Amino acid sequence: MKYTQGKYLILSKKTLAKEIYDLTILCPDVAEAAVAGQFVNVKVDGFMLRRPISICSIDKNKGTLRIIFEVRGEGTKVMSQLAEGAMIDIVAPLGGRGFEMDGHETAVIIGGGIGNPPMLAVAENFGKNATVISGYRNASAVILQEDFAATGAETILCTDDGSAGRKGFVTDALKEVLASKKPDVIYACGPNVMLRRIIEIAKENGVKCQVSLEERMGCGVGACLVCACRTIRDGNEYYAHVCKDGPVFNAEEVLFDE
Amino acid sequence: MSNSNKLAVNFCGVDFKNPLIPASGAFGYGREFEHFYPLSTLGGISVKGTTPRQRTGNLPPRIAETPSGMLNSVGLQNPGVDHFIAVELPNLKTKDTVVIANIAGSTADEYREIAEKLDSTDVDMIEVNISCPNVKAGGAAFGVSCEGAASITKIVRAVTSKPVMMKLSPNVTNIAEIAKAVEAEGADAVSLINTLLGMRIDIKTRRPILHNNVGGLSGPAIFPVAVRMVWQVANAVNIPVCGMGGISRWEDVVEMMMAGAQTVQIGAALFSNPMAPVEIIEGLEKYVADNNLNSLQDIVGTVQPW
Repeated sequence: MKYTQGKYLILSKKTLAKEIYDLTILCPDVAEAAVAGQFVNVKVDGFMLRRPISICSIDKNKGTLRIIFEVRGEGTKVMSQLAEGAMIDIVAPLGGRGFEMDGHETAVIIGGGIGNPPMLAVAENFGKNATVISGYRNASAVILQEDFAATGAETILCTDDGSAGRKGFVTDALKEVLASKKPDVIYACGPNVMLRRIIEIAKENGVKCQVSLEERMGCGVGACLVCACRTIRDGNEYYAHVCKDGPVFNAEEVLFDE
Repeated sequence: MSNSNKLAVNFCGVDFKNPLIPASGAFGYGREFEHFYPLSTLGGISVKGTTPRQRTGNLPPRIAETPSGMLNSVGLQNPGVDHFIAVELPNLKTKDTVVIANIAGSTADEYREIAEKLDSTDVDMIEVNISCPNVKAGGAAFGVSCEGAASITKIVRAVTSKPVMMKLSPNVTNIAEIAKAVEAEGADAVSLINTLLGMRIDIKTRRPILHNNVGGLSGPAIFPVAVRMVWQVANAVNIPVCGMGGISRWEDVVEMMMAGAQTVQIGAALFSNPMAPVEIIEGLEKYVADNNLNSLQDIVGTVQPW
């Protein structure tokens, strides 16, 4: 992991859905070092802590990163006011472990809600060898469908209420996909309840699985130890740290609260 | 004499190239911050609080943002003193900065055990944490009474010839009395303040944000409390004071030193601004030059109370 702190130009800003923003940042040194699954830690004027935002897409040729975030509170509200042409202060790329893709030919890639953006960088790597399953609350929350389709992947859109794509959860779609073909690996990011069920399904089907976790963070680099998550290490329960030991973990390492 | 030398200080017998020390718990063992600048930039490093054996720490969430500050309840997660001595200390000793071992125990015997082990190493100083608000046993339980603070000081003093700095809790009625109690038992210095005990509640779930329910408040929100306590302590004892609590800019360092601190620590500010130490040191060099000071130490305790 090699990271830096700096101020970078926001090349473009788009609104993708209600309170969901899409920034493209010109940061060649960061883009060069970044891998899928990592995040950037964004400074927000007037707030004590930076906001960790997952990297959605990496363009090493253009030297750009794309990040997508949802307004969840006062800090992300201020972030949403960053304008095209302004500078954004980030520490990046962070995350000691992103999605490990070497050696895998085929993948099922799953995102839930605002867990979808980091999956685009994974889908771009696999192209037509992937099936992307993305789930949202309803049609108004749906983002990135054209981007996922542009990678060449087969895409399956699910909404909780059936207002776009098929009605139901990503886990239902996953079970159907696995009934007809076994990918080398499953990648997922989204709410813990979703990840937990995906890990169970992957295990039942004997497919490897990597998940990206989220926890409240402090420093983002692994020093302050606040972003603890329960894992198994060497047979013992261990509080790993999402920022440095993750944010991506192998399914068999992760423990969820009962 | 260059300006950088003018920041130098001999703090209870140990030479620091400047008074700035990342605080325990905010900086790990320094490895994560080497991405931003060489550790030799720093006067010293107070390492992550070390206990006799590995500690897993508290259940998450362990952090909550607050106005101009943050609460944490990490609960002294660390790999234990043997790991520190075998792995982290040899690495830190190559970094050309003062290495301060920060120690914590659940019992008086545990403090003795760690201090004994560290005495035969090449750590430069021992900072004794008797003020961690996030552990059930020990820690702040010793730091909130003169008797408790004095008893741990005496035990550590008896087993080490290293400079001993007692880290004091602000969650007390009269911090100056605690400082006098540890001075009387042979402490070489005091550092203050540790975090203030605080709490936040999620009004939707009616749950505290921290799984530990309560945690330690740090950041600019506590800076005025820290300045006040440093001033009170510096006026009550003859041993040197290391001031901390909410420092984020060079101006804060100057203020803390005017209150009576010879050295300072910086913690929570590192999270939003990892470059803060570099910026602060540059600011202090300019301050010294602009004010024609021979030494930054000339301002220590120079506040002129009304």
